[in-house]
Amino acid sequence: MNQVGSAGLVAALAFARSAERATLAFFLMITVAVVALETSILSNDFHTAYVAAHSNKDLPVYYKIAVLWAGQEGSLLFWTWLLSIYGGLAVLLNHRKNRQLMPYVVAIILATGVFFTSVTFFVANPFSVLSVERAGGLLPLHPPEGNGLNPSLQYHPMVIHPPMLYLGYVGFVVPYAFAISALITKQLADNWIRVTRRWAMVPWMFLGVGIRWDPVENASLLPWLAATAFLHSVMIQEKRGMLKVWNMVLVMATFFLCIFGTFLTRSGIVSSVHAFAQSNIGIFFAVFLGIIIFFSLTLLFLRLDFLKSENRLDSVVSRESGFLFNNWILLAAVFAVLWGTIFPIISKAVEDKTVTVGPPYYNKTALPIGLLLLFLTGAGPLLAWRKTSFQSLRRNFTLPLAVAVVAGAGLFFAGIRDLYPWMALTLAIFVAACVLQEFYKGARTRQKIVGENFAHALYNLTMRNTRRYGGYVIHLGIVLLFVGFAGLAFKTEAKATMDKGDLLRVKDYVLRCEGISKGETPNYLYERAELSIVKDGRALGTVLPEKRLFKASQESISHVALRPSLAQDLYVVLAGNDEDTGKVLIQVFINPLVAWVWMGGLVVFLGTLLAMVPSRIERELEGLRRPVEEAIEEKHAF
Amino acid sequence: MGGKKLKFAVGIGIILAVVIWEAVAGFQQSKTYYFTVNELISGKTARERVRVGGIVATDSIERHGSQVRFRLAQDASLLPVTYVGTDPLPDTFKGGAQAILEGEYAANGEFRAEKIQAKCASKYQATPPKGD
Repeated sequence: MNQVGSAGLVAALAFARSAERATLAFFLMITVAVVALETSILSNDFHTAYVAAHSNKDLPVYYKIAVLWAGQEGSLLFWTWLLSIYGGLAVLLNHRKNRQLMPYVVAIILATGVFFTSVTFFVANPFSVLSVERAGGLLPLHPPEGNGLNPSLQYHPMVIHPPMLYLGYVGFVVPYAFAISALITKQLADNWIRVTRRWAMVPWMFLGVGIRWDPVENASLLPWLAATAFLHSVMIQEKRGMLKVWNMVLVMATFFLCIFGTFLTRSGIVSSVHAFAQSNIGIFFAVFLGIIIFFSLTLLFLRLDFLKSENRLDSVVSRESGFLFNNWILLAAVFAVLWGTIFPIISKAVEDKTVTVGPPYYNKTALPIGLLLLFLTGAGPLLAWRKTSFQSLRRNFTLPLAVAVVAGAGLFFAGIRDLYPWMALTLAIFVAACVLQEFYKGARTRQKIVGENFAHALYNLTMRNTRRYGGYVIHLGIVLLFVGFAGLAFKTEAKATMDKGDLLRVKDYVLRCEGISKGETPNYLYERAELSIVKDGRALGTVLPEKRLFKASQESISHVALRPSLAQDLYVVLAGNDEDTGKVLIQVFINPLVAWVWMGGLVVFLGTLLAMVPSRIERELEGLRRPVEEAIEEKHAF
Repeated sequence: MGGKKLKFAVGIGIILAVVIWEAVAGFQQSKTYYFTVNELISGKTARERVRVGGIVATDSIERHGSQVRFRLAQDASLLPVTYVGTDPLPDTFKGGAQAILEGEYAANGEFRAEKIQAKCASKYQATPPKGD
């Protein structure tokens, strides 16, 4: 199997040099390598070093599949595989479209593929085998059991977290490839930007789903922020022919930050829970990043004449300037996060002292930036293109502002008086009012003119311009996310050493320890506490937090017991035990509004899907455009 | 036209000023020096708010009730540590684990750790085993 896998990598390298059909061959070959590695993992082939390091016999099958992305070598192969899937899709979906761009698109995607395949094959090969030196020769080593999977990955939500992030990171290669192709071929009319925008939305969505709000996740936050800026400012280019250079820079920056993020997490240059052991792949990534910057900027410079702006900014109070502010704020966020992330490296180089920054830095910078963005999420779409008159401002903002004032006062009297949470919740209500008003007004207008009933009008309104209304749905999702984040300010925790019969009170919850037990599964030993929960005198059943000691790795981890509700999530953790007394240390966290973060994520996801459905307006335009494009194709046919 | 540009510049200026001001404040509040065990011991100066990284010396962990003492090693250097934090120690904290401690380095050469992060070194990953 290992030979087959390696042969797959070699063949992929060979094929990747050629043209479009090779993209499909590249996908097939990498798939062979992935299947080979998964086969080794599933069949417990511990002769393969990667399998021995990250798997064990009694690991459940679904976790065994996840072993593919648990370590350095496997995750690079996984990255390459996703790249080959995106590449294959780009080729298939553009079978008849964008014919002049495609040769270069394929070249860029495959060049990236060659880089990742080379690193996977030559530097971090997942198919290398274990051997021992004995009697002057190398003998193959077949350990009877592997080291086991990292315990923090043996948790359901963690299994899908890395693939989501990778789908995000990798996907930005396609918009980058289209942007570069447009520059090379000088096809810089608005066609490339429509294609790029649609391709950027897919990875943007995956990255958004994959991000956990945590300072350690900086690496994934950076490209997501840059891509968000791009998805907005691209609209100014489409409507007004402005910011052409800027949009190019944003596409390039997004792709650069994706590779940079992979570099950060894979090289161990910044220490984090995600970093694998210090490794030698860093230098290859550094060179690749250098090539990307040099190539992109040189090309951009050579094509500056083709990227002249067709219009100027007319007014400070306009949709354009709303987007510009949005871009500046997102960019400020990128720099703030980047600065905090790479400061340890800079300070080491400049002062020979490593200085790190912690959560207070990110909180202080992220909060005001986030709140400004939240405000624009609601206010931006209400501004008119070019210039917004005072009458229009009054017409659009009166209702949302009134709602916000009432809600703000209500929240204040309800006892929410910390500045940031209060602002976040008030702004969230303001933005929700702005967005819902847009839907309502649009549907009412349609109702009057076309004479449909309200629901029908709402549906047709949305489907006629899916980008606009899908965007609004995403904004509503962002509102829900912010409500969830605001809840973080009100979390409570408590802990106690407990024995059978002991009580623990946290706010209006009472937890009673019903018993402590020990046991084992083929994969791990566990100690389990059974706790019954009573809230306001009402029994809510029991939770079973566990401490698990995995047999293969001899590493232990607390398995959190969770009781979710719309208002607050209850986390119960068995944090430790006292060997002398047999008592257990129980930690309880009450995290308000966490469910809103999940709902927000779901709404953003659905909104993105909606925005990707071709709208009726676009399809009508497409019908007008096609004959023209076909005529151009004729001319260039060979 | 000039007036519009000015207004726009003022708007962006205010945003950037707020962000930079907050960033500097947060930076001052949370900036922490990071040392290895060797660097910390050879520096000899007492320090507040430092992070130190090393390996938890095998069999050095002593628990007395809720108090935990251990030594953090790098090559031949050993740093005596008392854990004074309130959070339970992480599951990964054990002899041989890579650890990053945050706390203060007292004048008597003892490190009082308030936070401990630990990561287990894997057996097969770094170098393939040689011999039995």
